[in-house]
Amino acid sequence: MKEFPYSESKDTRSGFGAGLHELGKTNENVVALCADLTGSLKMDAFKKDFPERFFQVGIAEANMMSMAAGMTIGGKIPFTGTFANFSTGRVYDQIRQSIAYSGKNVKICASHAGVTLGEDGATHQILEDLGMMRMLPHMTVINPCDFNQTKAATIAIAEHEGPVYLRFGRPVVPNFTPADQQFEIGKAVMLNEGADVSIFATGHLVWKAILAGKLLAEKGIDAEIINIHTIKPLDAAAILQSARKTRCVVSAEEHQMNGGLGDSIAQLLAREEPLPLEMVAVNDSFGESGTPDQLMEKYGLMENDIVAAVERVMARKK
Amino acid sequence: MSQSSPAAHVQTETQPAQRERSIAELKQIASQVRRDIVRMVHAVNSGHPGGSLGCTDLLVALYFRIMKHNPDFSMEGHDEDLFFLSNGHISPVFYSVLARSGYFPVSELATFRKLNSRLQGHPATEEGLPGVRIASGSLGQGLSVAVGAAQAKKLNKDDRTVYVLMGDGELNEGQVWEAALYAPHRQVDNLIAIVDRNGQQIDGSTKEIMNLGSLRAKFEAFGWLVLETDGNDLEKLIASLEEARQLLGQGQPVMVLMDTQMGAGVDFMMGSHKWHGVAPNDEQLEKALQQLLVEEASDY
Repeated sequence: MKEFPYSESKDTRSGFGAGLHELGKTNENVVALCADLTGSLKMDAFKKDFPERFFQVGIAEANMMSMAAGMTIGGKIPFTGTFANFSTGRVYDQIRQSIAYSGKNVKICASHAGVTLGEDGATHQILEDLGMMRMLPHMTVINPCDFNQTKAATIAIAEHEGPVYLRFGRPVVPNFTPADQQFEIGKAVMLNEGADVSIFATGHLVWKAILAGKLLAEKGIDAEIINIHTIKPLDAAAILQSARKTRCVVSAEEHQMNGGLGDSIAQLLAREEPLPLEMVAVNDSFGESGTPDQLMEKYGLMENDIVAAVERVMARKK
Repeated sequence: MSQSSPAAHVQTETQPAQRERSIAELKQIASQVRRDIVRMVHAVNSGHPGGSLGCTDLLVALYFRIMKHNPDFSMEGHDEDLFFLSNGHISPVFYSVLARSGYFPVSELATFRKLNSRLQGHPATEEGLPGVRIASGSLGQGLSVAVGAAQAKKLNKDDRTVYVLMGDGELNEGQVWEAALYAPHRQVDNLIAIVDRNGQQIDGSTKEIMNLGSLRAKFEAFGWLVLETDGNDLEKLIASLEEARQLLGQGQPVMVLMDTQMGAGVDFMMGSHKWHGVAPNDEQLEKALQQLLVEEASDY
């Protein structure tokens, strides 16, 4: 098992804020809209340095989404910022009609996704957002794993023509991916080559998968770990290549089992290469108040949950 | 019924904004557009004739007199006035006016609501129909879109105007009021919003379904400059739209409350919500066309 050294832990939302600020300097068409959560989304630096391109819309997400769509008509590249819950479920129809169906170049940037939002509880902890966004034609869906990757993804999506959903979160996680990485939309990242099982993880679960890989190595299990930062378009070639080698698959995500990464992989395997699959995800349940660590544990999203899933799936392997 | 005599004065112009048309000419165009509308909805036995007929004078005034626009369509529309149709169900009038001002062949109106058409039931960009900049149909989004487009114009130092039309029933949607609050707050003063105040929505009169009260008082309280006009009197309507333009650039968005008759121009369709989303039968079509006379009809 490879080592993944890191010097500090940081929140992915700060990676978004840093990437957005960078874009402010390099791309004059980038504009930012925020629904009264500038500090939470780490958009302060952009707001301070590019005030004429920052649009405070108040607590009015529907207006924000449709307005962003309108701004693209003048060639602007709007980045909307609010919590993942208010970026998707609250405004699904606005995104569907004004952004996705209309093919508008809006970047929907969504923080505080999943249970790691913590104490605010289930009203704010969305676990269905990847599914909703993935179902929309034309929509690209990205869920990076750490600060550096979120920053790189933020910069990369400005160059991509078309609607994008970029999902990130609140807690600090080890910042282990290279600062100078080239972020390629739709391209899975091989973290650890292995022979016994393929673990496909996204977002905060990528680091958990690395921790699980170490535990599995101690048990003599050689896990292949792949970071699927882009849920849509899914890197089918990379997933199939790995699955055909190891003959069994585990998916890991901070999301409902329904509709997320595991669901995407299940579809792919069922069509192309039926193989045993176990999903580490929230099983048809809302979250609740608690600390992020307590919630990750209670909802089965820790490294030991990935280890258990690997053992289950390997037992099913033919 | 005159089927196909080509009438150059409405069919083939490509620079409609360059020469100012007389009211008499505009009335002829409006009658032709109304003929298109009833024929389009009749052909597929679906669509929304009532609001389309009611808003015909407005769209004719905008596209053939008021707006600077280019039928050689570009999505960005730099240095052009932009129009957004928020109440997308009145697509027949939008499509007819776009075709008659040269955005696409008038003959394409025959494909309205049919399979593989660019003329979807509600306007869409997916099929690339020139003149349409955003999908609409799910109500309440167009004002926000127009506010966004107006702000992009400001960032681009483009001093043209953004227009948006909404239905009065559409004002039931909460998002309209989010945008209504925002536009004065951000001083979006290159925007003219128009409400088609025909007093009808699907289930009945707006008064009965969801009373809007005084829209003037409401929008003024939100910080808009408000005008009221007769949306089926071309002369009054054009005067009001010109007055609205004079009010731009003073830190406030402008709202034009336009009284119309649903079904205007066809006597048996007028003033009733029953013609909101119902197509005329063969006999009713003939009766309607007899009322919509044009000197040189150029039906597609």
